Amino acid sequence: MSTGTLYDKVWDLHTVRTLPTGQTQLFVGLHLIHEVTSPQAFGMLRERDLQVAFPDRTYATADHIIPTAELARPFGDRQAETMMQALETNTQSHDITFFDPDSGAQGIVHVVGPEQGLTQPGMTIVCGDSHTSTHGAFGAIGFGIGTSQIRDVLATQCIAMNKQQVRRIEVTGALGEGVYAKDIILKIIAQLGVEGGIGYVYEYGGPAIEALEMDGRMSICNMSIEGGARAGYVNPDATTFDYLKGRKYAPSGAAWDRALDYWRSIRSDADATYDDVVTIDGSAIEPMVTWGITPGQGLGISERVPAPDTLPPSKQAVARQALDHMDLEPGQSMQGVPIDVAFLGSCTNARISDLREAARLLQQTEGTVADGVRALVVPGSQGVKQQAEDEGLDAIFRRAGFEWRGAGCSMCLGMNEDQLQGRELCASSSNRNFIGRQGSKDGRTVLMSPAMVVAAAIHGTITDVRTLL
Amino acid sequence: MPNDSATIKTVSGPGVPVRGNDIDTDRIIPARFMKEVTFENMGDYAFYDARRHDDGSRNDHPFNRFPTARILVVNQNFGCGSSREHAPQALMRWGIDGLIGESFAEIFMGNCQALGMPTATADAEVVAWLMDHVEAHPDATITLDVEQEIATVSDRTLPVTINDSQREALLNGIWDTTALMKSYLDDVQHTAEQLPYLNGFVKRNA
Ligand code: SF4
Repeated sequence: MSTGTLYDKVWDLHTVRTLPTGQTQLFVGLHLIHEVTSPQAFGMLRERDLQVAFPDRTYATADHIIPTAELARPFGDRQAETMMQALETNTQSHDITFFDPDSGAQGIVHVVGPEQGLTQPGMTIVCGDSHTSTHGAFGAIGFGIGTSQIRDVLATQCIAMNKQQVRRIEVTGALGEGVYAKDIILKIIAQLGVEGGIGYVYEYGGPAIEALEMDGRMSICNMSIEGGARAGYVNPDATTFDYLKGRKYAPSGAAWDRALDYWRSIRSDADATYDDVVTIDGSAIEPMVTWGITPGQGLGISERVPAPDTLPPSKQAVARQALDHMDLEPGQSMQGVPIDVAFLGSCTNARISDLREAARLLQQTEGTVADGVRALVVPGSQGVKQQAEDEGLDAIFRRAGFEWRGAGCSMCLGMNEDQLQGRELCASSSNRNFIGRQGSKDGRTVLMSPAMVVAAAIHGTITDVRTLL
Repeated sequence: MPNDSATIKTVSGPGVPVRGNDIDTDRIIPARFMKEVTFENMGDYAFYDARRHDDGSRNDHPFNRFPTARILVVNQNFGCGSSREHAPQALMRWGIDGLIGESFAEIFMGNCQALGMPTATADAEVVAWLMDHVEAHPDATITLDVEQEIATVSDRTLPVTINDSQREALLNGIWDTTALMKSYLDDVQHTAEQLPYLNGFVKRNA
């Protein structure tokens, strides 16, 4: 077992006791909830006449069903309105802070937590959403949980869990131009597989990771779950502390200095031991795209779609299904594959630096959205949206032919009106290319960085962004 | 604190083989069916798209062919993707009481445990044999014995594995962890009092 890692330290600090099942009862420092996975948990609380144990450690936002075009109430979608009302009632009756659309702080739960300064190093953070791993970017341990566990957390502020092993993923070197955090994580998952992380928590480190700003670290930790890992984190450093300073829920004054001591103390020790170590050469990573129906079916943009029979036996059937669904041939390049939709959004890549980089590319190339392509930018939060508008980014996107939307999950999973139609192919900055993910059961998703989404939008086909630089 | 009424020693019934690796929770229940504030109707949505032709009529998906099944047999990394408990809820409400597979995604497995549904793992050959057997004998009863870690069907006994904490939880009726953890609220309070970020980052002595 690992020793001296951040994960070990945070785990120990939050251990309440060992349960008769052998699992650990683990204290939860921050609980985030949204409208899709929480109403059933509140229902169970009511059934059992239970109270919320630590209401000030739970924060709510609405993201999955929220319309991103028109926010007027009641929502046009009756079911969405019902879910919104349930969240309003549940947070009110249990004294839970709700970042509703009027607060100016609403957005995707994994964008809002960090932005508000709620997400801090050395915390355990859970949410009924698998991408809670995002918060690991701050040196927190973030777990996605199911609804029964949300009930556990509401009633006891704890979850029952088994401890995982720790795999250190060391990314060496410096990223090339046109290569981003998203490409690192797509590369890691392509290399280690979507099941490669089962039983592990990933610690990301090395020069290429340390050089990233917080937004990039969040993109990487976000997709840990796509690699099968239960959580992923980066040790906190000056970049982390700079990001947090002055944020609404971050400590201030004398507490800030004391916080720094704590945050530094929970970093993995220099002599920490890991259950596994993997090294990846960051300088060799190209812009990545997926060709299939799992996030692990990815390749560098200059590579070719593999022939299923050249893959390990356990991957062949899924590969055949993928080629069939995506309408691709073995040996084909992904470059030049026509797109119908360009989606710049999601908790992986809808933060301010993603939008800035995308807008910069649009300006630099003076590119506009290709004929026949529907392109939308959905900021991750109202905060990101406001910041982008203050910087004039919205005007750049609009001028280039992108729709400029309100904050939410939107076409990442197609629970609101933003959905693929029929067999449309979407160049997407999100994290999942599962069949049916973007709202149409026949829709096709190609995952890539925001810069690659812009390149695809301009050309109308999947394009190596480096040719635009 | 064993809870006798909730102990789960065996689950049994006809099987249903759903073949393929990496079957994700979006496939088990597409997101557009999660716009409900209770889990009540989720059984209707299990494998909704996978079970239908484009015109909405039923295809030959195993969930259409084995409507009375209780034991779901799957391959590798079943339930990967989203943490939605809607997925095991959909399977459970459709009629599934237990799963046997080569491997399961972790959050999915935890969610199943929280509902009292065992997720047993078995070697690829065992799973392959079981799938073929169910196809050939749809009415055969599979009995998954949590205590002994075996599955019996027709007159074969197959070795399966159930991870220790799930086994303990099912056999002792403590898979619903809310009451269990709530009984230790004093300890929870103690842990909270030691956590720097809940106490102004002032150092405390344990
Ligand atoms: S943006 Fe997508 S992945 Fe992120 S929380 Fe929303 S639905 Fe989930």
